[in-house]
Amino acid sequence: MTSRSPAADRLIDRRTLLASTGALALAAATSRPAFADTQAGRAEAAAADAPPLVPTPQFEQAFAKVVGNGTPIEGRVVLELPEDAENGNIVPYKISIESPMTADDHIAEVHLLSTQNPQASVAVFQFTPLSGKAAVSGRMRLAKTQEVVAVALTSSNTLLIGRHKITVGIGGCGAE
Amino acid sequence: MAASKPRLKFPEQASAGEIIEIKALITHVMETGNRKDADGNRIPRDIIHTFTAHYDDQLIFKAEFGPGISANPFISFFLKVPGPGELWVSWKDDAGGETIERYPLNVV
Repeated sequence: MTSRSPAADRLIDRRTLLASTGALALAAATSRPAFADTQAGRAEAAAADAPPLVPTPQFEQAFAKVVGNGTPIEGRVVLELPEDAENGNIVPYKISIESPMTADDHIAEVHLLSTQNPQASVAVFQFTPLSGKAAVSGRMRLAKTQEVVAVALTSSNTLLIGRHKITVGIGGCGAE
Repeated sequence: MAASKPRLKFPEQASAGEIIEIKALITHVMETGNRKDADGNRIPRDIIHTFTAHYDDQLIFKAEFGPGISANPFISFFLKVPGPGELWVSWKDDAGGETIERYPLNVV
């Protein structure tokens, strides 16, 4: 995944962040189908990159609902999954985010989203200072090869994001 | 299908201020609602949709599950032990069932 340190994130002010994420979005439109956000970009991306991993409309909706107008920061959310899952019925996941977990500064919420499952929202986790650590693990279903996304919300309403691409053998959502 | 056989695993004793891992497992079909039976009828969704963990009356951790969570849901989370108290966890499913388990924590 991305190797940007948390310290680097803190140094970036909002304006440069917006500018750079704009650039990222452009790059995404041409090279990364998973997050192309325009129809044209999506078609282009699908044509340029095989296999196409265009997120489902369900994912786009769920993602928009979570992030609102905000732009999540990459780098702090560690989302761990296998590279390959033979059986999409049981795929272990682990999410962890470095945080002091105090009353004033903690991770409040984490959304685990699938870009290809029939239902995009896999789970929503809520943490408190009593959690001590913003970390959770479990087992999820994956319908097919895709990118899995975790979006975290801090107690000061900062959005953070982590992603993981995974190849799935036999899909596990019981779809169709 | 009602939830059954809940199991919780955590250290036998802990000191105040220590962060401990708690692992919870329950037997449940977690029917997605996407599947059809042999006659082509949709099998209705039946999942555990909410898991909560409290320490006495304070929330430690909560998870809201969708159909994308595997059958027999396993969840691992952490608790920063505030002192002696009771850990209690709850699983709620679509059938209206709630399973609650209580565990006193041995704080040294």
